[in-house]
Parts: sequence; structure tokens; C-alpha cells
Amino acid sequence: MRIGIDVGGTNTDAVLIQDKQVVRSCKRPTTKDVSSGIKAALSEVLSGQRENIDSLQAVMIGTTHFTNAFVERRSLLPVGILRIALPAARGTPPMVDWPKDLRSCIGDACHQVRGGYQYDGRINAELDEEAVRRAAADFNARHIRTLAVSSVFSPINAEMEQRASEILKEEMGDAVLTLSHTIGRIGLLERENAAIMNASLADLSATVVDSFRSALKELNLDVPFYISQNDGTLMSADFVEQYPVLTFASGPTNSMRGAALLSQMKNALVADIGGTTTDFGILSQGFPRESSIAVDVGGVRTNFRMPDILAMGLGGGSVVREEAGKVTIGPTSVGYRLTEEAMVFGGKTLTTTDIAVAAGYADIGDKDRVAGLDPTFVEACVQKIHAMITEGVDRMKSSAEPVPVILVGGGAVLVSRDIPGTSEVIIPEESGVANAIGASIAQIGGETDRVFSYEELGRDAALASAKQEAKERAIAAGALRDTLEVVDIEELPMAYIPGGSVRIKVKVAGQLFAQ
Amino acid sequence: MKLTTEDLKDIARGAAFLGTGGGGDPYIGRMLATSAVEEFGPPDLISVDELADDANVYTIAMLGAPTVIIEKSACGDDVDLALSRLEKYTGKKADAVIPIEIGGVNSLIPIMAAARNGLPLVDADGMGRAFPEIQMVTFNVYGVSCTPLAVTDEHLNSLVVDTGTAKRAEDLVRVCSVDMGCSVMLSSYPMTGKQVKETAVTGTMTLALEIGRAIAEGRRQGDPTAALLAALRKTPYYNQCKVLFDGKVQDLRRETTGGFAVGHCVLAALDGSDRSMEVTFQNEHLVAKEDGQVRAIVPDLICMIDRETAEPVPVEALKYGQRIKVLGVSAPPIMRTPESLAVFGPQAFGLNEPFQPVESL
Repeated sequence: MRIGIDVGGTNTDAVLIQDKQVVRSCKRPTTKDVSSGIKAALSEVLSGQRENIDSLQAVMIGTTHFTNAFVERRSLLPVGILRIALPAARGTPPMVDWPKDLRSCIGDACHQVRGGYQYDGRINAELDEEAVRRAAADFNARHIRTLAVSSVFSPINAEMEQRASEILKEEMGDAVLTLSHTIGRIGLLERENAAIMNASLADLSATVVDSFRSALKELNLDVPFYISQNDGTLMSADFVEQYPVLTFASGPTNSMRGAALLSQMKNALVADIGGTTTDFGILSQGFPRESSIAVDVGGVRTNFRMPDILAMGLGGGSVVREEAGKVTIGPTSVGYRLTEEAMVFGGKTLTTTDIAVAAGYADIGDKDRVAGLDPTFVEACVQKIHAMITEGVDRMKSSAEPVPVILVGGGAVLVSRDIPGTSEVIIPEESGVANAIGASIAQIGGETDRVFSYEELGRDAALASAKQEAKERAIAAGALRDTLEVVDIEELPMAYIPGGSVRIKVKVAGQLFAQ
Repeated sequence: MKLTTEDLKDIARGAAFLGTGGGGDPYIGRMLATSAVEEFGPPDLISVDELADDANVYTIAMLGAPTVIIEKSACGDDVDLALSRLEKYTGKKADAVIPIEIGGVNSLIPIMAAARNGLPLVDADGMGRAFPEIQMVTFNVYGVSCTPLAVTDEHLNSLVVDTGTAKRAEDLVRVCSVDMGCSVMLSSYPMTGKQVKETAVTGTMTLALEIGRAIAEGRRQGDPTAALLAALRKTPYYNQCKVLFDGKVQDLRRETTGGFAVGHCVLAALDGSDRSMEVTFQNEHLVAKEDGQVRAIVPDLICMIDRETAEPVPVEALKYGQRIKVLGVSAPPIMRTPESLAVFGPQAFGLNEPFQPVESL
């Protein structure tokens, strides 16, 4: 038995799961201290379950808290930045492309020192240890306690980042360190950005993880707890305390993973219809398909493993208008004010929810308030809503073959008809707490991303070696060896250079417990 | 005209379009140029007409693997050294710098070099788009020697190469670049203002800027593809342009032969018909065929853009299901002569089909 919790900006949801079935679920408001909202939700799902508590294996938490804090520039610490790259990359200094307001939160304690590797792991320059010590002295003088360390090609060889961190610890005592190779992949600026973002969240992550811990403790739940990361796999609480940035895209990932569990499907398209937008994504082998382009978070370019999401301005609160005989829907929405502004709730704004009620396929609020709408107009609106969903499905599909579509989120009531291009439309029960369910799925992942020479190794040996590396990482993170599966393999031949160099990315995932 | 950091965003997007699928992500080039402009001030962009006939003009570019440059970008001194080594060898101080290639990352490196060295930047280049090798340049086609050229790395190691042909220079430099870490700076084709006027593809930095602006402006007004086409139609050379295909990626096959990533992208029509288009690429797009019929072929430009936003889509970002418009754009007349076609026409890439202008297909 396990519990999944989703701490969102508005609600904290909890689900109790046994054998892939939802036993209980609930929604409670998110509280400022985080912890009391979690306690309220936990107490609710556990009420009447006290006799089963011994079989509780773990609590899994998904949260958008860190993303929101970064985007809103809340609780960010000044960061000491050490880049080990000179003489390379001086032309693109750290934070070169950051918004000014964020740069001023982070400060300008930035040192570039000699060191780094080549693309094939050869040393490009020896690490200048004296310069690292001088940087440490400067950080100390500025009372900086959290540091980001990056080095050229550290995903291929991490030794210099590790050596620098030893020196920084010697010189600075208990400073919090983020080493770029632990969170990012190839692309120095993007990986370094992620390290800086992570370092700036050090205090907040300690506070939030602590409030998770104390909530569990106060309820006497002595079980391990995990926090879900961007790609749908789990991290231990201690790990998240060090790497809050890895939760940045866990929201949409959890909703898609939850949809997978609820529908028992591994390959499908998921449409999460909220109040304002619908997020379309693709589930492939139970995991979200990843975006191949750089993703901006709060105006900063990153190369995180983010799900490939298409957002469309259609939700349960979307405003419906008629202009020159044409129906338009969204992108404006009444959002959380639906229960005041929508017509079925006595308001004056015509929303998609009102249309679904008027057409007779949803039972929300007072249906008499929309009885006067022209049936032809209502039909045109219903068609438009379905046409928008159809377009979203079609834009995300990867082949002409019909795909199953899973609808989750509170706005799923908007859909009543078949969607062209789909083999079936599934609206699972409990889809309103899909995020919490997604968080509860216990899988642990591992990843490799580096350059191999096919001329030297041959393709088979290179692939085998990449898979092995990814598996070892997953095992180190807590996955059971026998349950590991390769989730994704990508081979990218390096353009414009001879020698058969290929960048291989491998992702594996495995179970945390024996089932 | 001074190039501001705001202009660099538009130039980078325009350069990605002119990269015709390759040339490397201009993002890192934009970061290098932005830092240089912030530190040294904006450089002057001058037309070829403003160039004295006896002015000394050098190209400056990065050569290597785009995957490497996103990790290990230039230090700046390496760019300056490439120029000064070539100046020392020729005994002539540079009066201006010129891009060798307007497509991709190499459109931005000369802006960085111009800002750092206080030199004007010539509004012209030698490819009018992106090509994979340094002999595939109009300067070479019309008799300018590629060498002497200087290659440098971030350790400030340098090489001067002097060869009989540009192709030989390409072969030597490519091998050295691997040992030097797959991202080197290269200054080549030392020439006079008169030679630039006779052999360059002119107005291409402005072209990149205008393409980028048109896409950004078009997004605000609702139809970026239409805005892009309208902007191209106003240009003197790139005015024969059309949407060749509106479709989604249905198949993608890649293979590596001789260091070049050769691939095929098959698109299925979105209008419900059973039409399909196959685009063959070798770093850049080479030929686009609809149901076996050639619709555009190198050196004319075959560009893929996102069908909603008109954002240029590079080859490495192509994936199944992506919705794409394929545009065919005429290459300038100077790039379509028999002499030019011998160097970067279809046969130079091993294709069997003859060149035919996009407007006749």
C-alpha cells in the first residue's frame, strides 16, 4: 500500500493506492506552511485505514512548489558560481542570457577558472586548484553559502567538478554545493543554468522537504517518502533536498503517469483538461514523450528532461463568445471563479461548462439557468469544443494510426462524443486526482548521455555500454536490478566531424519494491 | 548601421532559416555576439559599396561539430588570434570582416569578431545560406584563394594553412579540427574590397535580420508564414519563394557516411490527400521531392518551418508527427551559374538530378 500526494498551488490531493487501485482519495486546500495541508489530506485518506497502516510501504509526493517559487522569484538565495572551463567558453559567461531581475536575485559572485575536458573525455586544461581556492575566499568574504559548479564536458567526465567541490568544502565548511553533471546534460550554458537555479533554491528545498517530513512524523507514519521528478521517476527526500530543480516539470508528468495507471495503458495520448487550458501529451511505454527543444523556465533556458506538452486555451472555465456568426472559445477563462461567474452558478459569463450543461451531457450547477440558450448555437459550440480537442490530438499524434485518448482533469466533462483519429476515448474514474496518482507510481530511473566512437567500439558495444551505465545509475538510486527496463534510446550522429562519433542517450527505469 | 543586441535575436532566427536545416544552432553564436557587443559596443554593418576597392577583408567562422560548440564555446581571444595570424602572414591589416556563411551559427561569429576588434562587418557572405565545406563558397568559385588561412583553438594554438586548392584546405583543416577538440576558429579567403564586390552574395546580413523580424512581426499579426514570404518577395534575389508542402513528419531515416549525417524525412500532407514529400538532407537539406518529382534542389534553399509559428526547424530537432511547412526559396543568380553549380550544385553532393530553378518546378 502506498500514498500519493500532489501539492499544487491551490489544492493538496492525496490518494491511497493498493495493488494499482485507488482505495481512497481527497482534496484539501494547500496551506502556506505546506505541512498542515499535507497532514489534513493524509489524515483524510488514512481515516478508517489504521489497521492497514503497517502495510504502508511509502509516501510519494509531487509538487510544483519549486517551479512556482523560481518563476515568481520567491525565496531565492544569492549563488556563488564556479565555472571550470578556461580558456574555453569565456565568450559566453555564466547567466549571459538571464533576465535582469533574476540576475539581481542571484548576484554577481562568479568565477571562471582553468580546467575542463574535450568531447571525448581528454583533458582540455588541468584544473587550476589555486584559482578554486581564491574563488572560495571571495565567496566566504561575501557570505555566500550555496554554490553552483560547472565544468566543460562534465557529463562525460565529472572528476574536475568533484575535485573542485572537495576544495570548496575544505575552504568553506558546510556550503551547499550543486555540481552541474548531477542534474544536466550536454550544453554547458543550459546545464549551468540548471545548477544555478538549483543552488538558489537550497533554503526553500530544505524548508519544504522538512515540512513534508514533519507532516509524516506528526501522523506517526514511519515510512520512506519520495518525491517525483520531471521524467516521472522518483527521488528520495534527501536527494530532493539537494536537487529541487529536478521537480520542475513534475506536474504535467504526474498527470500523464496517473492517466496511465488509471487506464492501465502504456501507450496513449493524454489530454488533461483543466479550468483554463488543455495539456496534450503522449505516453510512450508509460512515460511522457520528451520535448526535443530547449525549455524556458521563468525566462531561463534549460535542457531538462521535460515532457512534450501542447497547451491549448480550452478548459472548463473558457469563455464562449459569438462574433459575426462564428463561435469562439477561450483563451480567456474565468478560471477558479467558475463557481461565481458561470451561468449555471448564477453568474453572467457564458463558459464551456454552461454549454456542456445546456447540451444535456453534464450535470453541474442549475441547468434551468441555461435552458434559454438557442439549441443551434449550443450545438455549434459543442462542435467547436470537439473540433479543438480533435486538433490537439491530431497535432500530437506520431502517426496516422488511431490512438487511444485518456481524458483527465476536471474539464473532462466537456467531451461527450467520439474524437476522430482516436481508437477510443477513456475517461477514468478518479481522474481529478491523476497528479497524486501519478506521483504514487514507484519507479526509479537512470540515464546516460555521452559521446561514443562507433569506429573504435562498434555500435553494439557502444549501446551496451551506455545501457549498462544507465542501469548502474538507476540501481544506485534504489531500483531493483531485475525490474529494470530500457525506456528510451536515442542515437545522434555528430554532424560535420569524421570518425563515427555518436551521442547516445539511454533512459532506464525499474521498480522500487518487489511487487 | 549599428547592430544592437536586439537585432541579434532577429539575425539568429533569420540565420536558422537560411541554415536550411543545418549550420548549427545560432543560439550559442547569438550568446557569443551578445556578450561581445555588450562588452565592446555594437559593430558597424556596411554595404559592399561602402568598401574601398583596396580594403583588406577576411572571413571569420567557427568550424567543427555544433554538438561540441554548445558545450565548449569560443573564448574570444581565439577569434582575435585567427584574424591577427592571417594579418601577420599576409602582412595586411584587416579593414573589415565578412561572414563566410550566413546560415546557422557562422552568421553570428563575425559579429562577435567585428565588435571585439572594432572592425566594420560587411553585409554579404560567401554561401548565401549554409554549406558543409569551406570550398563551397562563391569566393572560391570566382577565383579568390581560400588560403592562406589561419586556424586557432582556445589554447591559442594556431596553424596557417597554404594549399593549392580550397578542397585540399578543407581536408587538412577538418582533420586538424578533430585533434583540436572539434571546435576551432577559422579565418580564410583574404581578399580585397574589389574581390568582395565581384564574388560575394550581397545584402545577406540584412536579409537574415529582415527574415527574423518578419517572423516575429508576423506572429504578432497572426500569420508568420505569410509575413515571411512577403519579406522574401521584397528581396532582390530570394524573391522566388513558395510553400512546397504543408505536412507532418511521417518517417525519418538517418545514416552516417563519411562523417556526414545523411537522412531522409518523409512528410504526409495535412489536407487529407495522399500526397507526400521526401526531403533528403546531408547536414543541410539537399532535395525535396513530391511523389518522386523534384520540387526544389540545392543550391536553392529548402527550409523547414513550424507550420504554426514559422520557427525554423533544424534537422536534429525533426521528429515524428511534427507539423512542418517546407519552403523553397531561390538562391541568388551568382550561385546558380555553371561555375557555382560545379562546386555546390546537386552533383557536388552526389545527387543524380540536374539543378532546376525552384520557380520552374
